[in-house]
Amino acid sequence: MTGTLAFNVMYFARMLRRAGFPIGPGQTMTALAALQAIDLGQKDDVYWALHAALVDRHARSGMFRFAFERFWRATSFEAPMAWPAPARAAADSPPTLESVSVSEQDRERESRDEPDAETTETLSWSAAERLRAMDFEAMSAEERAEARRMMALLRLPIPAVPTRRFHGSPSGSRIDMRATLRKMVRAGGVIDLQRRRRASRHPPLVVLCDISGSMASYARMLLHFLHVITNDRDRVHTFLFGTRLTNVTREMAHRDPDVALARVSRAARDWSGGTRIGQTLATFNRLWSRRVLGQGAVVLVISDGLDRDGGEGLSQEMERLQHSCRRLIWLNPLLRYEAFEPKSAGIRAMLPYVDDFRPVHNIDSLASLVAALGDLPSERLAGRQHKAA
Amino acid sequence: MTALPANIDATVELLRQGGYVADRALATPLYLALALQRPLFLEGEAGVGKTEIAKVLAATLGRDLVRLQCYEGLDIAAAVYEWNYPRQMMAIRLAEAAGRGQDQSIVKDIYGADFLIKRPLLAALEPHAKGAPILLIDEIDRTDEPFEAFLLEVLSDYQISIPELGTVHAATPPIVILTSNRTREIHDALKRRCLYHWLDYPNAERERAILAARLPKVGERLTAQVVAFVQALRAMELFKPPGIAESLDWAQALLVLDAGEIDRGIVDATLGVLLKYQDDIARVRGEIATRGVAPFLSGPVEPAVAAQ
Repeated sequence: MTGTLAFNVMYFARMLRRAGFPIGPGQTMTALAALQAIDLGQKDDVYWALHAALVDRHARSGMFRFAFERFWRATSFEAPMAWPAPARAAADSPPTLESVSVSEQDRERESRDEPDAETTETLSWSAAERLRAMDFEAMSAEERAEARRMMALLRLPIPAVPTRRFHGSPSGSRIDMRATLRKMVRAGGVIDLQRRRRASRHPPLVVLCDISGSMASYARMLLHFLHVITNDRDRVHTFLFGTRLTNVTREMAHRDPDVALARVSRAARDWSGGTRIGQTLATFNRLWSRRVLGQGAVVLVISDGLDRDGGEGLSQEMERLQHSCRRLIWLNPLLRYEAFEPKSAGIRAMLPYVDDFRPVHNIDSLASLVAALGDLPSERLAGRQHKAA
Repeated sequence: MTALPANIDATVELLRQGGYVADRALATPLYLALALQRPLFLEGEAGVGKTEIAKVLAATLGRDLVRLQCYEGLDIAAAVYEWNYPRQMMAIRLAEAAGRGQDQSIVKDIYGADFLIKRPLLAALEPHAKGAPILLIDEIDRTDEPFEAFLLEVLSDYQISIPELGTVHAATPPIVILTSNRTREIHDALKRRCLYHWLDYPNAERERAILAARLPKVGERLTAQVVAFVQALRAMELFKPPGIAESLDWAQALLVLDAGEIDRGIVDATLGVLLKYQDDIARVRGEIATRGVAPFLSGPVEPAVAAQ
């Protein structure tokens, strides 16, 4: 009996693994233990027991349900006390990713309320949108070297923030009692005060990068920038937006820039189309802001501010975004001419809510981008403007 | 001390005794957490009753509740243990006064259990008179990664190493419940040690049952109206939809205000109990001003003022 059960659990775990679930032997053991603790006659109980053991994030629940239904049918759980081993034929041709993966409509339904890094690629799309993939040239060795060099130079206008942790420091302002006591014991009673100071670290960084048609000429370079910055620091989240919002943090996390960019170009499907800044920011605010802006994140928006929707709803969403983050930086590569005036409705809607506006005349290389973010004198807006001007 | 529930039905019943209406989807992982002695990782939006489960469990099982509220920068000194430095200093001075200043045995003395201040995690591993306690690690997403990494040892082996003292091992492991509002993703390594459950907003039927269990005075009709209204709000794609905590607060508020039913005036006056963002309040007020409260009480509302 246990043997059959174990076989079934392993079979199911393998099925899930093929569907992309990171399931190790530990989870399989837990699942087996869980099933031994419950009444196998109740389909719901079996479902939730396996769910508790094998799912570790809400976004996978939809896929899990689909896989479970198949598994339940395949192993005819209706007669639970005599779980048959999966038929020989089934064992020979175990479920492939294709057979387990959910149909487009199913995924669409699942992902509508819960997009995650893994499901955003299948977010609903309308025929009206211009969807296209992007094919980036591979990064040359010189480019890689330059990228590394530039990132070393990059100083974002984001000061490190003090954390609530302390570390030892001879010039710190606080007494480290624990270290003092240890030293005192070692030194035989001589009190030698040890000091500590607050540790500081970079705040999380969230990048929202425009990939619409008007930004297309910068796309490759911007993605290289995003790739390096994602791999250079911890706590970076990367989103792309055009007519929709795509979280590409996981795709970007791959070390090899060419692999990462290939994945990113597959993940986002609105390359070089229109821009709906207001709507994509609304999506970000509603679905992601609480998840990624939690610990005082700095938001970097890279966009030319040209909005297909004419700035509709944009100022409201910008205000919400500014209120939810530590600092909102806008890098605008539109300024190809000296006599720039913010005429576009989108730009006028966004400007009042930006803490730090970085207009750039031309970003043709990583170097110019890094310079724009760091060293160039910026048009720093005085303080936070919480009310629209 | 009550015995642990023997099956899923008993778990549902146990929670019901504590005034917590749970469905089988929640009771199953909870029962397994108790049976397999594994931590339960509860994730969900704010106000869906994650923390409440631990409290109810402690009350109904008659165990102690040890709560660790997490925050950014939570460190060992605040979460696990700290040495009582003033006492240590005093002990050293006393020893010196007694002429034992150079005596190395003093070192062993001042790093003894008497000088240890136990914080929640250590306290949870100690033997408790009423049986292994419920350890609630609340809002784990607020801590940082180093603390998460530290928790790995605690949650897999139920032991804590104190360099000066040795390893403290729990004879009976505590019942561990971790909660997260998902303000960031928790590392897979930590999740892998836990049973996972996503706690969703309840459906109308369960929410009515929760209100009836918690606030029986509200009455069936008003309860139904409250639930219908709140469920309609949740369908509206607000920035922060109301949770169960908010429904309970609102029902309580209506009770205090002696409101017999939900009308436009009472909604207008008490909307701040349900919604905590001005944009959301303004939007709902706008809807009600144009169409009244009736559509909110008759199922999910298709927004007239489109979100797009």
